[in-house]
Amino acid sequence: MIFRRTVLMTAALVAALLAADNASAQEKLKVIASFSILGDLVKNVGGDRVEITTLVGPNGDAHVYAPTPADTKRLSDAGVVFVNGFGFEGWITRLVKASGTKAPVVVATKGVKPRRMEKGEEHDHGGTDPHAWQSVANARIYVANIRDALVKADPTGQAAYEANATAYLGKLDALEQEVKDIIAKIPADRRRIITTHDAFGYFKDAYGLDFIAPQGVSTESEASAKDVAKIITQIRRQKIPAVFVENVTDPRLVKRIAEETGAKIGGTLYSDALTGPGGDAPTYIDMMRHNIRALGAALTS
Amino acid sequence: MLYDTFIGPFVEFEFMRRALVGAFALALGAGPVGVFLMLRRMSLVGDAMAHAILPGAAIGFLLHGLDLIAMTAGGLVAGFVVAFAAGLVARVTELKEDASLATFYLVSLALGVMIVSVRGTNLDLLHVLFGTVLALDDPTLLLIAAIASVTLVVLALIYRPLVLECVDPGFLRSVSGAGAPAHLAFLGLVVLNLVGGFHALGTLLAVGIMMLPAATGRFWARDITTMIFIAVVAGAISGYAGLLFSFHMSVPSGPAIILVAGVLYAFSVLFGRVGGLVRQVFPQRHLEA
Repeated sequence: MIFRRTVLMTAALVAALLAADNASAQEKLKVIASFSILGDLVKNVGGDRVEITTLVGPNGDAHVYAPTPADTKRLSDAGVVFVNGFGFEGWITRLVKASGTKAPVVVATKGVKPRRMEKGEEHDHGGTDPHAWQSVANARIYVANIRDALVKADPTGQAAYEANATAYLGKLDALEQEVKDIIAKIPADRRRIITTHDAFGYFKDAYGLDFIAPQGVSTESEASAKDVAKIITQIRRQKIPAVFVENVTDPRLVKRIAEETGAKIGGTLYSDALTGPGGDAPTYIDMMRHNIRALGAALTS
Repeated sequence: MLYDTFIGPFVEFEFMRRALVGAFALALGAGPVGVFLMLRRMSLVGDAMAHAILPGAAIGFLLHGLDLIAMTAGGLVAGFVVAFAAGLVARVTELKEDASLATFYLVSLALGVMIVSVRGTNLDLLHVLFGTVLALDDPTLLLIAAIASVTLVVLALIYRPLVLECVDPGFLRSVSGAGAPAHLAFLGLVVLNLVGGFHALGTLLAVGIMMLPAATGRFWARDITTMIFIAVVAGAISGYAGLLFSFHMSVPSGPAIILVAGVLYAFSVLFGRVGGLVRQVFPQRHLEA
């Protein structure tokens, strides 16, 4: 008897929860963004009218993300699904299919001129560099695509979405101006750094700063003498003024490399994901601003 | 070709020169200490002390980051406390020194693990465990060199009682009261050298540069002086060859140094002049030659 009563009460509770869930769904447009940077852009255009769920959250790596059953559920409830495209989220196509969602899947990079990955900087995206948001000009295209998709899904909010998008595009213009100003202050022969990230191709093409991959750097807790010698030789030979190597984890070793080469050690660069609210890069604009200031500080003086 | 293989890396790269100097200084200090540890049948004491130092270094690291002074001070304090507390318990109670040391270092180690877990920065602390002979800056090099100098001077001062205690502690006790102070000073040197070693090699491998060359020396000499000399040379060769392996074969440098020391030891076990296996099997032939 007691058992049956428990079951009934649980069922009632679940039904109540589901009802509450549906009620809130009618107020706001539910949208899904595949990763944190895209989520931030959608949030800026959608404002209060949309409820955003980001599948790969802050600090997560969208390249190797393994979707959870909860993601399937979120997709099937969603009104619009935003993805980056260019093969960035290889897992999303199957996930959308599996969820059986009726929501339109919007590719935010639609209209962006794709960039080929250079030799040696590829992780498997079929040759196209997906990190298009590293150029602010491309972020503008993202915003336009997001605005159009939201208007289509929720026509009553058209005025709000357009106002939000215009305001945000203004901020992006200011951001791009800042990026260009800082680059302009860097002497032309110092516009190159060594970094382990391979996500700055669009940044390089748009703003003319060269990102060179380091040779022989490992993420192991102990580097070999050969690794250290290789990177020192490379910095000397290519006359590289600054090094951004986060995954050489031992700060003493990084310091040694800097002293031996005269290169500056830069801080952290963010490429694929935002940080949490307390971090250096909680939003797209913060991320780009953090990166360009770190680069400027390391290269100008 | 020979130049490129054996000398070039050190000429071209300052970090290689620094690593080599550090390794030599370590061999100079730790070698003699290791020989005395071995002769007094305290070889594993070095290992226990290395574990005892860990929490001190960890506390220093967590308070001040990868700071030379904080980590050195923390390691020294933890090492001395464990060494002297263990010695005290062994001398005033029924418990033997090995058991007493085991209890203290285990408590110390547990404390270290707890501190690390509470702060949750295990990754950074790995550097404390592994050290970086490739990243020795000026203060660290000076520290290691100073420790080697102090070690040699103190060993010279307590040489006689120390040797006597190795040979016949009962006799020493009957003719002189120098045994206990010499013993304490010696334990202090063990701690000092391990702390110096952990900056370059990490807490665990620091014991290796102390004990392996000492055990190697045992197979080539009967008198202590020669044994110490061979231990220092074996330690220096390990440092040099280990760094070259790390440079040419792209293997981590700390383990490479200790593995070379291990190879030298294995060679000595087989072919050593004093008690080596081959000599034991064919004794006459060698005498005739």
